Amino acid sequence: MFESVLITIATAATPLLIAAIGELVVERSGVLNLGVEGMMIMGAVTGFAVAMLTGSAWLGVFAAILVGAAFALLFGFLALTLVTNQVATGLALTLFGLGLSGMLGESFVGLPGVRLGAVDIPVLSDLPVVGRLLFGQDPLFYVSILLTAGVAYFLFSTRAGLMLRAVGDNHTSAHAQGINVIGIRYLALLFGGACAGLAGAYLSIVYTPQWVENMTAGRGWIALALVVFASWRPWRVVVGAYLFGGVTIGQLHAQALGVGIPSQLLSSLPYLATVVVLVLISRNRRLTMMNTPASLGRAFVPDR
Amino acid sequence: MRIELVKRPQHSAMFSALSPFIALALTLGAGAIMFALMGKDPLEALYYFFIDPLRETWSLHELAVKAAPLILIAVGLAVCYLSNNWNIGAEGQFIIGAILGSMLPVMFPELQSWIVLPLMLLMGILGGAAYAAIPALLKTRFNTNEILTSLMLVYVAQLFLDWIVRGPWRNPEGFNFPETRNFHSYAILPEIWPASGRAHWGFVFAILAALALWFVLSRTLKGFEVKVIGQSPRAGRFAGFSRARMVIFAFLVSGALAGLAGISEVSGAIGQLRPSISPGYGFAAIIVAFLGRLNPLGIIAAGLVLALSYLGGEAAQISIGVTDKVARSFQGMLLFFVLACDMLIHYRIRISRPVRAIGGEARAHV
Repeated sequence: MFESVLITIATAATPLLIAAIGELVVERSGVLNLGVEGMMIMGAVTGFAVAMLTGSAWLGVFAAILVGAAFALLFGFLALTLVTNQVATGLALTLFGLGLSGMLGESFVGLPGVRLGAVDIPVLSDLPVVGRLLFGQDPLFYVSILLTAGVAYFLFSTRAGLMLRAVGDNHTSAHAQGINVIGIRYLALLFGGACAGLAGAYLSIVYTPQWVENMTAGRGWIALALVVFASWRPWRVVVGAYLFGGVTIGQLHAQALGVGIPSQLLSSLPYLATVVVLVLISRNRRLTMMNTPASLGRAFVPDR
Repeated sequence: MRIELVKRPQHSAMFSALSPFIALALTLGAGAIMFALMGKDPLEALYYFFIDPLRETWSLHELAVKAAPLILIAVGLAVCYLSNNWNIGAEGQFIIGAILGSMLPVMFPELQSWIVLPLMLLMGILGGAAYAAIPALLKTRFNTNEILTSLMLVYVAQLFLDWIVRGPWRNPEGFNFPETRNFHSYAILPEIWPASGRAHWGFVFAILAALALWFVLSRTLKGFEVKVIGQSPRAGRFAGFSRARMVIFAFLVSGALAGLAGISEVSGAIGQLRPSISPGYGFAAIIVAFLGRLNPLGIIAAGLVLALSYLGGEAAQISIGVTDKVARSFQGMLLFFVLACDMLIHYRIRISRPVRAIGGEARAHV
């Protein structure tokens, strides 16, 4: 029982973790892309459709990654090349993604999808307690952990990661150093979009293999909140994602047990928890000031 | 070849007037391509989408019904966005305004008097403002990002509405349908010209609100304060304007108007509470605010355009069989084009050849 609860927490946390790790890289480069929800829902609908039409869950996953990145490119063209307001452009991306996915997905509503099953590492997955938890999860669970480790290593132990952080902290100085600010931001956006697309595919291929309109249900926004919660540190995102996974699964179990609290009020707990967590983190002004990328959300036009 | 942006020494007055129209034209172009990809005749589709709904009187009334909440919410959002406060939770403030405003006719249906309607509107306004005050206070007290908190509260409001109409407020004579009792006649916002169509007084409220805020923003010190704080918080501080009080002011105004929109919609157009009372007005109003260039008078026109896209979606679904979800894609696309075209106000586009190629040629001549 305990073990299976932990595994379901992991499935609720993984899409949040993947989307948030992508956005973390984007924000570290100084760009605020509020379109995570839109890229995620596009990933979900594309992943579902491609997986169903081809019969291959993996093809669906790759298609979702590509679509997420393509949407990020659209954001980049507007916010980086045309220097539009990043907040408004991100909102546009989310509204457009929600609209377009509803339109594209209409013929897929109610159809059975293709599920990406759990892996089963022989012998190890039979270990007591931790066996299935560590060695019998779906493949994307391992991807999410590897992504986090990769991003943590990249940001803090490589030259390219240092450049990305420099661009995010002071784009004018970085530009003066000869770093290609816009180029690095485009690459970061592409990575963030790919992650959001992957997170969307996780919902429609692993979590619940079906397409429902607006099925991301605000997870893209929660991922954005997780980046703030984590104060832009990769491993803290894992903590936040599993905390939210826990709240989500906890309220589902409470609904199933019938604790006498209406299901809708329990369903609103993850959103309320997001608000509470944001308040707790941001009331510590020194912590946020120290960690927020200094150029976050600020427009950059190179004066060649 | 590369695209370069060259900052204009001054805002281009021409493009600030033209950019919304360029954006609309581009959206229509993109829409035509989209319809062609769906295998429909683009011109026929655009006709049913944007012209057909304007041909009949009843349909113009529907336009006003849909434009009312969009304009009401968007003029409030303009105050927020001009002062650099990102309230994106108007959908939630709309819902809470509708719920609080519906309290009298749902819980005390025996109270039948002319006083009911004004009280409902007042409670709607208070409900929306109170709900918007939450992200505002969290921002001023705890420095919490208002974008995320205001949006999270939308989901909370939607779930709360769902609970209240299925649970405590469900119509006792309603055969278990998830809806409240129908409002009695004293609780209904009247139609403007009942003989010709459904347009209710919400549309009048919207126009009045837009005119009032136009006056405040362009002719009063408060309006100046909104813009100064939005464009340069530092200059605002030197002028003695309080940023924290502006946050509260902007959120209260936009929340109050969203709440008024919510109760007007429920009392004027629907007549009861249901699990879903808005086809995303609170989010579409963000697009309206930007299409209207954050100017209340422009927002009236922009609200009518977005209302037309809702009607067009329904019309196109009936006449040529495309899904009405097309409308939502159109609206998203429109915001992209609006933002992209606004760039023309501040920058000139210069298309130039790469510097290296020119240098190479010169050397060849030497």
